Amino acid sequence: MPEIKRKSGRKADEMRKISAKVGIIPNANGSAMFVSGKTIAIAAVYGPKEHHPRNQRNPAKGTLRCTYNMMSFSVTDRIRPGQNRRSTEISKITEWALEPIVMLDKYPGKVVDVYIHMTQADAGTRCAGINAAAMALAHAGIPMKNIVSSIAAGKLDKTIVLDLDKYEDSEFEEGEGSTDIPMTFTSDGKLTHIQVDGYITPEQLKEAMKMAREASKKIYEVQKQALKDSLGKEK
Amino acid sequence: MTERKIIIPGEKIVDSKEFLPGEGTEKRDGGIYSLIFGLAETLDKLVKVIPLSGVYNPRRGNVVIGQVEEITFNGWIININAPENAFLSLMEVPRYVNKDGLDEIMDIGDMAVVKIWGINKRGIDVSLKSIGLGKIDEGIIMEVNPHKVPRVIGKEGSMIKLIKDNTGCNITVGQNGLIWIKGNKVEDELFAKKAILHVAEKCFVSGLTEEMEKYFGGKK
Repeated sequence: MPEIKRKSGRKADEMRKISAKVGIIPNANGSAMFVSGKTIAIAAVYGPKEHHPRNQRNPAKGTLRCTYNMMSFSVTDRIRPGQNRRSTEISKITEWALEPIVMLDKYPGKVVDVYIHMTQADAGTRCAGINAAAMALAHAGIPMKNIVSSIAAGKLDKTIVLDLDKYEDSEFEEGEGSTDIPMTFTSDGKLTHIQVDGYITPEQLKEAMKMAREASKKIYEVQKQALKDSLGKEK
Repeated sequence: MTERKIIIPGEKIVDSKEFLPGEGTEKRDGGIYSLIFGLAETLDKLVKVIPLSGVYNPRRGNVVIGQVEEITFNGWIININAPENAFLSLMEVPRYVNKDGLDEIMDIGDMAVVKIWGINKRGIDVSLKSIGLGKIDEGIIMEVNPHKVPRVIGKEGSMIKLIKDNTGCNITVGQNGLIWIKGNKVEDELFAKKAILHVAEKCFVSGLTEEMEKYFGGKK
């Protein structure tokens, strides 16, 4: 594998500095914050509660409703507040990434609302959002099979790298350019979400997945510690 | 009692086939795994997880405090801070009720102490047929986290008795975290509210009853 010099000075398989905190929003049933480098995501969980509008409720199992939102001040150019095409897509993606682990069959006809806000965005926002949402759901006392950890791997020219930042994601144009592949894993290494846009060979994809799976274990440890620390505070 | 440890969903609690999965746990390839975030506890061979956060989970037999949200032709719909509203049927009121005058007994917005007598697919059924239940006419209502209610009550009611004795108020603690305080003076009620908030804040301190005795000792 050819070595690559990353602008941030990180190694190919090095992710940004991560940290997490649970219980940041007192009025929510569960809340969490996830920081990855310059990206900061906060998630709040409300419910399970009565599903409105009632024609959308599912009498067989509960519904998970995610809302992803980028704050207007989260990027250098102010973005127009409110839902747009991109945030609607990421909301849906987040739902799909979380649904396999959340045991919604215990709450038929109910809804669990997850609000994800990006207070600072520097690429990898959907991954940070999913990580924060997973912790917030656990904090809200909702039964879950497992916790998910999300991380992006990608390709810069011909090299596989981990956790692309804003520059690598959108400005890098040498050689073949960059490919970003956000992935979500459970703590036992099962995949719940993967997105690819760009060019990558099947062999390289396997390599990227292996790299991301290793990194997801580190994220899981941070999430676990954050959840356990949230009680330590009160003790 | 065995040691308790903090556990997160998907974490293995015990790695043995001899244990039985209790509440909040699941058996998965030979071990017992947690499904919720809370404290894992092992009693004999039964493993269970006590939740520490989240919304109130209604159970049969719980005494709760709720607010009337709607009046139907045969009862009241009561919000009890649970994922679902509860239904108080006309039949569960221990007195004669005129079918045309349901609002004379309890109107929308009124608070009541009720007991959960049944939970099924259709919803939660509550009753007024027990001692200490009924509409709340006076006093103040406060809210604490429902998972802190056992600490507010204390072992065999020791904590709540202490607060009652020291403030001279009548206090009813609903399992859903709503607390009704009724005293002779508003000052007494506010003092009781302050004391309960103090308990809820320090709910992880061991020997809390002794600490509260000191708390009241200083104030008197």
